Amino acid sequence: MMLFLMAAGLTLVFGVMGLINLAHGSLFMVGAFACAWVAAATGWFWLGLLASLVAAAGAGALVEMLVIRRLYRRDHLDQVLATFALILVFSEGTRWVFGSFPLYLNLPSALSGAVTLPGGLVYPLFRLVIIAVGAAVAVGLWLLITRTRLGIRIRAGEADREMIAALGVDIARLYTIVFALGAALAGLAGALVGSIQSVQVGMGEPVLILAFVVVVIGGIGSIKGALIGALLVGMTDTLGKALLPDLFARFSQAPGGDAIGASLASMLIYILMALVLILRPQGLFGTGA
Amino acid sequence: MQEPTHSAGQTMKRPGALREALINLAILLLLVGVAIAAHLAGQGFTVTLATKVAILALAGVGLNLALGYGGMISFGHAAFFGIGGYVTGILASHAADGTPVFTLPFTVMGSNDMLGIWPMAMLVAGAAAGLIGALSLRTKGVYFIMVTLAFAQMIFYFALSWSRYGGEDGLSFYVRNNFPGMNTFDPIQYFAICAGLLALALLLTAMVTQSRYGLALQAVRQNSLRAAAVGIRPYAIRLTAFVLSGMLTGLAGSLYADLNRFVSPAMLSWHMSGEIMVLVILGGVGRLCGPVAGAAIFILLEHLLGGVSEYWQALLGLLLLVIVLFSPGGLIGILTGRARHG
Repeated sequence: MMLFLMAAGLTLVFGVMGLINLAHGSLFMVGAFACAWVAAATGWFWLGLLASLVAAAGAGALVEMLVIRRLYRRDHLDQVLATFALILVFSEGTRWVFGSFPLYLNLPSALSGAVTLPGGLVYPLFRLVIIAVGAAVAVGLWLLITRTRLGIRIRAGEADREMIAALGVDIARLYTIVFALGAALAGLAGALVGSIQSVQVGMGEPVLILAFVVVVIGGIGSIKGALIGALLVGMTDTLGKALLPDLFARFSQAPGGDAIGASLASMLIYILMALVLILRPQGLFGTGA
Repeated sequence: MQEPTHSAGQTMKRPGALREALINLAILLLLVGVAIAAHLAGQGFTVTLATKVAILALAGVGLNLALGYGGMISFGHAAFFGIGGYVTGILASHAADGTPVFTLPFTVMGSNDMLGIWPMAMLVAGAAAGLIGALSLRTKGVYFIMVTLAFAQMIFYFALSWSRYGGEDGLSFYVRNNFPGMNTFDPIQYFAICAGLLALALLLTAMVTQSRYGLALQAVRQNSLRAAAVGIRPYAIRLTAFVLSGMLTGLAGSLYADLNRFVSPAMLSWHMSGEIMVLVILGGVGRLCGPVAGAAIFILLEHLLGGVSEYWQALLGLLLLVIVLFSPGGLIGILTGRARHG
């Protein structure tokens, strides 16, 4: 689900604005750091969560206005390069401000603890909360895109920039808002993940690649695709890592059997992605690039 | 999604071509000159830096063939770079302990002869490029970028968990491989080998891009439908360029492994892909010596900024931003006064 949060923001920016944003992982990191720092300073987790949204959205808006705005009309090459440069700036900037030691987030007591699910499975409450938040965001985004004025404008901007600019919509501001929204989603994901793992520089990058895989599998620009892609990738990854090493150890006599299984398991999602693209080059729910 | 837009052809005679040729020559002479001067001054470290420039430039020349001339934005070239490195490391480590690399279906022994290792590295990297290219080229635009990235990640994770060859710790070999008649441990002699290969690769690139095939490749980049209409098969043309590009980058990876006498998954990581791409763009996409200029600037910046601040990567990032935003033609673009090459 956290993958979905990440991928939803990415696909929003990616699909609507036709922009490859490698710095999305950095916004994820900004969110996590903001949350950890504010939560530690005030001792109040919820304030940290809010701070992560604000900080990531703010950073996103700033980046959009200063840098990204000049890149929409350039080719993907320039976008890749510029956002790659942004990663360097963000990572080192964060290291400069917070040092290179990981921060830890303490969960509020209301959210730590575990619940027993029907069927006798014991599951940490906080992970359930993440799933709930993910579902809420999915529904919220869907409503936003299909039911509100802003959503209509976003979709119109996707279809024809010049036309809606001619109709009097401030397209530059609209794009800033969309980008900030995507950034806020990344920040939220960062804060939630930061509560499970440690918060450190570079934490956004593995997630970024995963999110790209999700977006590509789901089809660029499709929120539904991002959701289903995230579920697919998450399950493949987890099941693969849980089952494959065992399976290989059982069937191969060679001593390195489980190691091969383990390396295969970590490759599994990329194999999945390759398969999807071979069968459907525009992703599962893509409308064609 | 928009494809990279290019307009004029590379081989067309144009004003400024002579100027660019002179600049190319100057860049190469500068690189060799710096290395020789440093050698005479006894600055072994600077010679090694120049060697690194030559090697990264070679990787960039490889990428440039796909990226600049073929219009294929590959974000996975670290895969070929790393594969070249791993082939080298694996062969060398087997040579060191005298065990065969594998015995089925036929026996392959380790080797520490560069003349044996290079073709092997290029072959394996080329085969990987063939496979990855064949699958990735079914997609276009943003998807192509992402798919090449995904394949590179696949190989990265494979190396990370392949404990037989060091896993995440990487694989060291203690003796640099041999080249007949030369002492590869002498920095200036190793530089000569690397620079020589770079020159060969540049010559090859120049020949390929001027040839019938190269023209077809650029026609495909500019308008694949039109190219198809005159009987050029875009897929085959692109794939060939991609394989060739992977082989050159694999060779660079082999040299890089020998330079450090060490390979690790870091050579396969997407940061590496980004770096190779950055230096190509920095120097100028689709220009013969763009990667050389880019690699030189990149290493120089890394070295200089490293002295200025502990957080030099942030400075590098800012500088890159400025270059992307305000000088799309790269360094050679600035020097020749032409905004964007063909």
